[in-house]
Amino acid sequence: MAITKVVMPKLSEAMETGKIIKWLKKEGDRVQGGDILAEIETDKADVEMEAFGAGVLRKILVSAGEKAPVGTLIGVIAEPAEDIAAALASAPAPAVAAGAGAASSARKDTRPEAAPVPPTAPAPGQPLRPAVVSTPAPAVPAVSAGAVGIPAPALTASTAVATGRVKASPLAKKIAAQTGVDLRLIRGTGPGGRIIRRDVEAATVTVATAPVTVAAAPVTAPIVPGVEYEDRPLSQIRAAIARRMPLSKAPVPHFYVTSEVAMDRAWELREELNALEGQPKISVNDFVVRACALALLKHPGVNASFQGESIRVWHRAHIGIAVALEDGLITPVLRDSHAKSLAQIAVEARDLAERARARKLRATELSGATFSISNLGMYDVTEFSAIINPPEGAILAVGSVRRVAVVDDAGLGVGRRMALTLSCDHRVMDGAMGARFLQDVKRLLEEPLRLLV
Amino acid sequence: MATRNVDVAVVGTGPGGYVAAIRCAQLGLSVAAVEDDRPGGVCLNWGCIPTKALLRNAEVVNLFERAAEFGIRLAGFEANYAEAIQRSRRVADRMSKGVEFLFRKNKITLVPGRGVLKSRDTVEVAGTGGNETIQAKAVILATGSEPKSLPGVPIDEKTVISSNGAVRSERSPKSIVVIGAGAVGVEFADVYAAYGAQVTILEALPRLVPIEDEEVSKELARAFRRRSIEMKTGVKVASVTPGGPGVIVETDAGKVEAEQALMAVGRGAKVTGLGLEALSVRLDRGFVRVSPRMETSVPGVYAIGDMVGPPLLAHKAMAEGVVAAEAIAGRSPRPLDYGNVPACTYCRPQIASVGLTEAKAREAGREVSIGKFPFTANGKAVALGDTEGFVKVVADKASGEILGVHIVGPEATEIIHEFAVGRTLEATLEEIIHTIHAHPTLSEAALEATLGALGQAIHI
Repeated sequence: MAITKVVMPKLSEAMETGKIIKWLKKEGDRVQGGDILAEIETDKADVEMEAFGAGVLRKILVSAGEKAPVGTLIGVIAEPAEDIAAALASAPAPAVAAGAGAASSARKDTRPEAAPVPPTAPAPGQPLRPAVVSTPAPAVPAVSAGAVGIPAPALTASTAVATGRVKASPLAKKIAAQTGVDLRLIRGTGPGGRIIRRDVEAATVTVATAPVTVAAAPVTAPIVPGVEYEDRPLSQIRAAIARRMPLSKAPVPHFYVTSEVAMDRAWELREELNALEGQPKISVNDFVVRACALALLKHPGVNASFQGESIRVWHRAHIGIAVALEDGLITPVLRDSHAKSLAQIAVEARDLAERARARKLRATELSGATFSISNLGMYDVTEFSAIINPPEGAILAVGSVRRVAVVDDAGLGVGRRMALTLSCDHRVMDGAMGARFLQDVKRLLEEPLRLLV
Repeated sequence: MATRNVDVAVVGTGPGGYVAAIRCAQLGLSVAAVEDDRPGGVCLNWGCIPTKALLRNAEVVNLFERAAEFGIRLAGFEANYAEAIQRSRRVADRMSKGVEFLFRKNKITLVPGRGVLKSRDTVEVAGTGGNETIQAKAVILATGSEPKSLPGVPIDEKTVISSNGAVRSERSPKSIVVIGAGAVGVEFADVYAAYGAQVTILEALPRLVPIEDEEVSKELARAFRRRSIEMKTGVKVASVTPGGPGVIVETDAGKVEAEQALMAVGRGAKVTGLGLEALSVRLDRGFVRVSPRMETSVPGVYAIGDMVGPPLLAHKAMAEGVVAAEAIAGRSPRPLDYGNVPACTYCRPQIASVGLTEAKAREAGREVSIGKFPFTANGKAVALGDTEGFVKVVADKASGEILGVHIVGPEATEIIHEFAVGRTLEATLEEIIHTIHAHPTLSEAALEATLGALGQAIHI
């Protein structure tokens, strides 16, 4: 019977590396095709890995808690009598044991596995894993280096190397052009490392929006005496954000428009709606989504993408709603928001957010947004601005609803105010266009009955 | 009982089995192939190949009937059906001998007899020349499929026939009811009609060739109507009983009498009597369940072709045979892309398709653009005097991805492959239109339909 090499499977389209959560079989166990060998953590979900071949699990090469790039040999299945030396010869050098670094071993909450670090930027105290650095497909070295999430300084170097011919299918090139994905930063999974459609679609999935002026409050870590600093490995999502955001901020000329919205009536209406029995609970963000959806239909120029030689204007509002996760941000898409009632938006947005936190989103739910909303209202943020998520043309940053002193005809009073900041791609629209859109969003929120009809 | 030791035992030598056997041999494995009929299986002996010979006869008969159109005066001609069948037998024999030759060339042992799986590495053969046991490190099952009938309707191969009887019988009926308008049904309807039979096609679904694009079904119905083939779609057959000129078929839309009835309601996997139950090989809706490497639930036992499920097509079986062979040899075969298997039907006009129909593409939520080009506007087709049909391209509007292509018309089954290759390479409409197509060819219709999907067709 043949020797079966167990390799890190590509369990999601976006997956580049996977982490073994645990092995369900141990060395010496007999396995059959279809048996669950191990549980694997990918950037999106925890997935069970099936055995393809039958025999005895002779060798485990990557132990629980460790990470390996897709395609790496992680185990060998063979009959007991068979010589597996040849199969093992193709294995990477044994990984440094978890927590071997001095700094990381000092801290319990440090993830034991190290993020792949290119030789040009070794981080002190981190185990260096040659197996990861020498990623496959020697024809596209820079591509693979970029694909595993490298720190900013090295990015420049790698993109410079990668300016040569990119092996990609015509369809992949076209979709990349339309969605603003940089093919040089993708690793191809087609024959000979060719970038094919699924690789590009996977790349568009990992894009997330990140606020600039206010960072999400970091998890406060207890101070450990005697440790000056620690280097935390990038989570899969953080690596994706690190990779993608410079691709937005640098090439996309951002400008910002801010407006303050009187939320008193919307607040009252929300309380009234939420007091109704049998109705879904509606959040302030649901109001904002609904207002944006209606305003986008009226201002298609804002619901648009820059395409090089043309501007694609969308007639449907697919709104990406940024959801904060512990290790990053993810932007599930509420499709056809313009055609959905407030209640429908409330139900679907909650479902998307919950599944985003559980990492249970389907790839199709993570791509195709025409506009995005990032709301940091729950963190008592006055206002902030967000980075556009290409190829979208704009993103709305939503601050907290604050009780402030207001002056109106009656004199001084107390009102609820919320700041909205629209980040716009100047290649797609001008200030006035963005301002008119924002005005409409403001009007819809200030006359919230319009959101119900 | 004699025992034979080999690396791989292949049970069944149809297009799946013989290709798997040859690929195994090429990869240095010793192979024994078990066959209880003739090498080549149903495809070469009783299916694809002899029916193509018969359809060619039908086409020639039709050309003779149209001789005056070409300025050829005939004093009359006789189309002898028995001789058409005899010709189809010679064609099939030649192909079957070809498989035997390939086996000899690749040192594959042909073991005549019926193979039964005794354990995951043992096949017992009850052969004409005695029994033997084959010990193999891996087994590939490739036993294929057989015609199904309607409940309560036994096939006697006399008045109620299946394709098995139809390819053997040298007598063409004066009238025949074809039950089922899939590929088998419409191909035999074409042959019988050409040889002068009054043909009635009954189909339970609302149109002929129901898995093809709707416009293709319409075009075929139009062509058949011109040739006086009667068609009743959306009808349910209640009973098939002896009587009248031979057989009476009762339907919910009246009864049809004819000399014979041809059952063409589909094929079922041959999975019984193979020893699968005893080994607990897992089945799924009557077909053997396999992994993308074609391995069954029993390690070391592989299955390919019709017995593992649709599409029941010889070329799919061959591709699966290669995957199984390479998996056994320790390679990592590329799994089949089941969404990119061309389907071909050889009635006149021919039908060929790959990918999604327009309706399926829309169902999948794709925003599509359609390009359609009729053969009436294609110079080669006009010169051939064969202008029925069209090429229809279904593409994704935004990316130009070729979602599906549907061809009905002359040599449709040859034209389809440029789109299959295109889809494998992930070509878009742009790459097809920038490929210069020779003039004059039928393939220019493919180019024009592609241009049409971009709103740039020249010749229409």
